[in-house]
Amino acid sequence: MGRAAHCSAFAVVKGQGLPRRRQCNHVSRRDRTGERPAGGLRQLPRWDSLHHELFQSHMAAKTAGMPSQLPDSEQNQKKDNTRSLTMSGHVGFESLPDQLVNRSIQQGFCFNILCVGETGIGKSTLIDTLFNTNFEDHESSHFYPHVRLKAQTYELQESNVRLKLTIVNTVGFGDQINKEESYQPIVDYIDAQFEAYLQEELKIKRSLFNYHDSRIHVCLYFISPTGHSLKTLDLLTMKSLDSKVNIIPVIAKADAISKTELQKFKIKLMSELVSNGVQIYQFPTDDETIAKINASMNGHLPFAVVGSMDEVKVGNKMVKARQYPWGIVQVENENHCDFVKLREMLLCTNMEDLRDQTHTRHYELYRRCKLEELGFTDVGPEHEPLSLQETYEAKRHEFYGERQRKEEEMKQTFVQRVKEKEAMLKEAERELQAKFEHLKRVHQEERMKLEEKRRLLEEEIIAFSKKKATSEIHQNQPFMVPGSSLRKDKDRKNSNFM
Amino acid sequence: MDPLRQPPSPCSPRPSSPRTQSCEMLGYVGIEAVLDQLKIKAMKMGFEFNIMVVGQSGLGKSTMVNTLFKSKMWKSTLPGLGVPTPKTLQLQSVTHVIEEKGVKLKLTVTDTPGFGDQINNDKCWDPILGYINEQYERYLQEEILITRQRHIPDTRVHCCVYFVPPTGHCLRPLDIEFLQRLCQTVNVVPVIARADSLTIEEREAFRRRIQHNLRTHCIEVYPQKCFDEDINDRILNSKIRERIPFAVVGADREHLVNGRCVLGRKTKWGIIEVENMAHCEFPLLRDLLIRTHLQDLKDITHNIHYENYRVFRLNKSHVLPRGPGWVNLAPGPAPSPASPQATPRTMKVCRWTQDNSDDEC
Repeated sequence: MGRAAHCSAFAVVKGQGLPRRRQCNHVSRRDRTGERPAGGLRQLPRWDSLHHELFQSHMAAKTAGMPSQLPDSEQNQKKDNTRSLTMSGHVGFESLPDQLVNRSIQQGFCFNILCVGETGIGKSTLIDTLFNTNFEDHESSHFYPHVRLKAQTYELQESNVRLKLTIVNTVGFGDQINKEESYQPIVDYIDAQFEAYLQEELKIKRSLFNYHDSRIHVCLYFISPTGHSLKTLDLLTMKSLDSKVNIIPVIAKADAISKTELQKFKIKLMSELVSNGVQIYQFPTDDETIAKINASMNGHLPFAVVGSMDEVKVGNKMVKARQYPWGIVQVENENHCDFVKLREMLLCTNMEDLRDQTHTRHYELYRRCKLEELGFTDVGPEHEPLSLQETYEAKRHEFYGERQRKEEEMKQTFVQRVKEKEAMLKEAERELQAKFEHLKRVHQEERMKLEEKRRLLEEEIIAFSKKKATSEIHQNQPFMVPGSSLRKDKDRKNSNFM
Repeated sequence: MDPLRQPPSPCSPRPSSPRTQSCEMLGYVGIEAVLDQLKIKAMKMGFEFNIMVVGQSGLGKSTMVNTLFKSKMWKSTLPGLGVPTPKTLQLQSVTHVIEEKGVKLKLTVTDTPGFGDQINNDKCWDPILGYINEQYERYLQEEILITRQRHIPDTRVHCCVYFVPPTGHCLRPLDIEFLQRLCQTVNVVPVIARADSLTIEEREAFRRRIQHNLRTHCIEVYPQKCFDEDINDRILNSKIRERIPFAVVGADREHLVNGRCVLGRKTKWGIIEVENMAHCEFPLLRDLLIRTHLQDLKDITHNIHYENYRVFRLNKSHVLPRGPGWVNLAPGPAPSPASPQATPRTMKVCRWTQDNSDDEC
């Protein structure tokens, strides 16, 4: 059932043949030389094979065999100098879409999904089921203090399409006691990705075709299956995200709700979203090949999904299902849940549109707001168109002028300070000098005084010794008879002394 | 480090750096449906292609354009009608929308009457270069607007077909000067015009001589060697490079040959069939331009030439010292073609093709 529904979408889309369902090929490299999936894309005429063909058989045979194209009816004039032209033969540019697709295959595709929901609601399991692989991941704890975002990139390949898939998970969402700051990290993350792209785009030497696009293309918002209504946290978060990213709300763990409850729940959810002005992503209905199916899917939003990678035997084949004592919930059974619808809408029908919307609507909005914030406008004060270039130039000059001025100021203050310091130092020097002089003088005076004193002292000593000598002579005179020799000695001594 | 091998942008402020791991899918998921989505989108939007034909008058440019797109793009001037050659080089553009099997193509053809017709042809390439740069400028202005359009109209010249007169000798100084300048700004495909005046042997000799001239003067015509991504491309493109310049004959009249109605030129000695590979190489030119390499032409214009112009323009206005991405638009003695263009073409590993296996320079 799922299979048929899956392919029927294709029949509407292409009307040519259906792609053969194939098992995943192992590293089937981009195959330029031949086999393309049958019924898929036309084989692009190879230059040298055509050349070879032409050389062998005359081209004339080919042109004769091909019916001359009946010219299409004239189209309306699009512009004044554009006319439509009818061609009289086959030119061959209908291979243009194939050339485009070839180039895209070479470059590979990039798709980024953001999963927002409480811990344990089944985000990782659903992603695993969607892409039919087991991305390695372990259960996250409930005790994170803040909401964090964890991004992981995987490279998937299916036939010749290479997809670089980035899954961003919110870790710890809804676990805190105070949930006021819960949605801010998510908004910041999305803005950061836009900012990174904007930075790259504004660089002078840029390489946009090489750039790993990390902007979030779709946000899967997981609503818990209470059956009543949206939680306040959900409402707030969705309201703050709806202008930045394509939101697709899904009801997780849908096997906990019965069918009747589910209907009521869905209606209630949608009405709440509408009444609060939350803009969720609507599948595009402007292309008539997919308009019908997209319109019908729009009515099934939000999708009630069940995720499981465990296989259970039902009938005589193994299907992905969840086994309960009271029955088996099959993931790919349309009667049981909307998983197949989600996969179809997300991957098979609208992936390109999601990327397109992100780039042309959300990113442009961000860019416009950011640049206007920085002060750039498209129209000058006299309403003549201003280019980003000129505004940027003007700002730059202004900035330069400002910088010059500040530099001058700083120089001035610096010079001033240096002068002051110099003056201070000079002053100190002078003071020091004065002190030194003063001390020297004092020292000099003291020295002189001391000299004086010494002289006096010496004179006194001389006087004293004289006195002593004479007093000794006087003392020894009565005793002079016995010792004339003594007197002679004394005379001698005195004469020596004198 | 190899200047072409640039790592993907590292400036994403992710909380945890992602490791890219490849995973095996256990079954069919449906990712390849994105190719169909791409196709639908492309067909809805339509394609644009701008081509410029340059050459002296009387070489059959207008006829060639008419033959390429099998319609009367504009009236080809008949010889002897005495249409006065314009005094200065004027560029004329005409735009048509053609549709084939649901694919809409908006085609703009720019003609250059009066090129090389004056006595003094000095600087006759300036108006052409000016026109090409003007288109780049227009796109740049649109791109840096605050509120920009969903789809910027692309008027940049994707391909320039240069008509070499069939002298049989070698490239003339005018040709060399012009090609040197133009190859750095736009994709140039040289063709030998009016090849019905050369025999097959003369044609081959002429072709070899032209190729030798191009190599001597380091002129890189489309498909440029340095933009080959991988081995498949290189093989394919070297086959093309061997046959460049194509010897073409244009005709927009039909004649009866062996009971079939073919485009051709009727002369007294026979009918030259335009789409006959044995007669001329017009089918090769058509296939190169339209059937196989159209998207490639547009890609190189957008990713390489336009980016070079953008770098040059933004650097010029900042009065910064010129970085390695600067392209010298003023002519040099023998400008090295590869070094200014340091930006790689795709994200695949681009081997800097320095091999001299099939080329002596």
